[in-house]
Amino acid sequence: MTTINERPEAGNRELPIVENFSRRAAVKGGFATLGAAAFVAAISPLRHAAQNTSAAEFLQKHYTELSDEQKADVIARLEAETKKNYGAEVTIGDDRPIPGTKFVYAINLSVCNGNGKCVEACHKENNHDRATHQSYIRIVEMPKGTLDMEQGSTTYTGVVPKDDKFYLPVQCQQCDEPPCVDVCPVKATWKEEDGIVVVDYNWCIGCRYCEAACPYHARRFNWKKPEVPADQVNPDQSYLSNRIRPVGVVEKCTYCLHRTRRGRLPACLEACPTGARVFGNILDEDSNIRWILDNKRVYILKEELGTKPAFFYYFD
Amino acid sequence: MVRLANLLFAGVVCAVISMVIVTVTTSDRRAPSHSERAHPHSGLASATTGVLANPATFPIVIRKPAGPPQIKLAGTDPQGRSASVACATCHSVRPPNFDNQTAQSLDEFHQGLQFNHGQLSCYSCHNPENADELRLADGTAVEYADVMTLCTQCHSKQAESFAHGAHGGMNGFWDLSRGPQTKNNCIDCHDPHAPNYPKMIVDFKPRDRFLDLQRAEHDNHK
Repeated sequence: MTTINERPEAGNRELPIVENFSRRAAVKGGFATLGAAAFVAAISPLRHAAQNTSAAEFLQKHYTELSDEQKADVIARLEAETKKNYGAEVTIGDDRPIPGTKFVYAINLSVCNGNGKCVEACHKENNHDRATHQSYIRIVEMPKGTLDMEQGSTTYTGVVPKDDKFYLPVQCQQCDEPPCVDVCPVKATWKEEDGIVVVDYNWCIGCRYCEAACPYHARRFNWKKPEVPADQVNPDQSYLSNRIRPVGVVEKCTYCLHRTRRGRLPACLEACPTGARVFGNILDEDSNIRWILDNKRVYILKEELGTKPAFFYYFD
Repeated sequence: MVRLANLLFAGVVCAVISMVIVTVTTSDRRAPSHSERAHPHSGLASATTGVLANPATFPIVIRKPAGPPQIKLAGTDPQGRSASVACATCHSVRPPNFDNQTAQSLDEFHQGLQFNHGQLSCYSCHNPENADELRLADGTAVEYADVMTLCTQCHSKQAESFAHGAHGGMNGFWDLSRGPQTKNNCIDCHDPHAPNYPKMIVDFKPRDRFLDLQRAEHDNHK
């Protein structure tokens, strides 16, 4: 009986089917895990960015697409961040080109003696990193008789001017055909109506293509967060100009647009003790700059590259 | 596997919904902003035309010396006060000696004056009749404050460049409709007795990678 009884039980109770992973499923699962891990790794910069940047900063649009009230919001946020990070009360303006102006610079190489006061003035005016002595101006000490910058030196020190040398200050030439603008993959840099090539520091991705493209070495990269003591921060700032730049973006000379678009002269010009620097509006027929172009021997740097600089050098 | 697929699908649906929400909200924001943006631009244009209507409202100010120079006396009085005297204090009672061409021949005052200004002598520029004035080559007296008139007699090229902003430093505004401009005087930069611009010492250097010290030494050895 027992055997009879047991048999149907054994017959009814089917062996449990163990759902072993088929190889297909195992491979699928493995790749799904890998894919998920790769996805997490891929978005991890975003998570880190989220820790360092506010949602508003992350969602901020390109400068040229911002409406006036959005600009006001952005500027208010930047001013608050400067207060928080640097302890300085600053006002960030949004200076737009003055209609009917095209800014042009000229330097009298017969007068410039390479003392470097312009370099220092730029450093202070534009809130550059103090430790690196960063500046938009580089002065090249050149042997007389050539304009080949390869033969120049930027490391000269001591008493200037030396008898067999002349001094060539080089900064952004605000080219009419700017190679730096052409290479930007995200259009974070562009040329404005008054000729100034500007950078939206909040749109720049820091690829440094523009730095490589510039034949004048005029662009600078922020390798680290600029350190400026609170009492040395220039509070007179502008969004496209001298506001303190974030780390990892490219910056450049803007002809001090926070000054020049308000009618004032650039900081490097005011600092020059020799009076070698001349600045003005080339569209104004009575301007200093037009007289120089008409009456002096005027040169431009690396003319053969076709960059059409808005920056002239002259001798007299 | 079904659960994973469901989760993925849910994720995709969430992403699509959030994208739609973001585009809708931003386009909502953008619509009024376009009309608002047009207004400030028109306002700006009218403001600038208003400025253009009265151009050059601010002057170009050329710095001037306050007046004739004063000679600071070497000693102090019993109260410890120092004093300075006008040139005429001595020169009004001493007849001019036209034999003195340079500072070397002086035996009493102004000894050791560094003079390096071509073939000029003292009374080429100083007025022998009034020590507190200067004198042009044609004999016209000139105030010390108007010293640039004197310089311009010989340095007309520099004066022309100066008039067009191509010589001499300046401060203030390039746009005279917005503010004044201050220009240097000749003697702000040039000592009239030794007018060569002085040598200077470089004290500020950027420390970027182009200024790496080793690289500089390497360049020099080549």
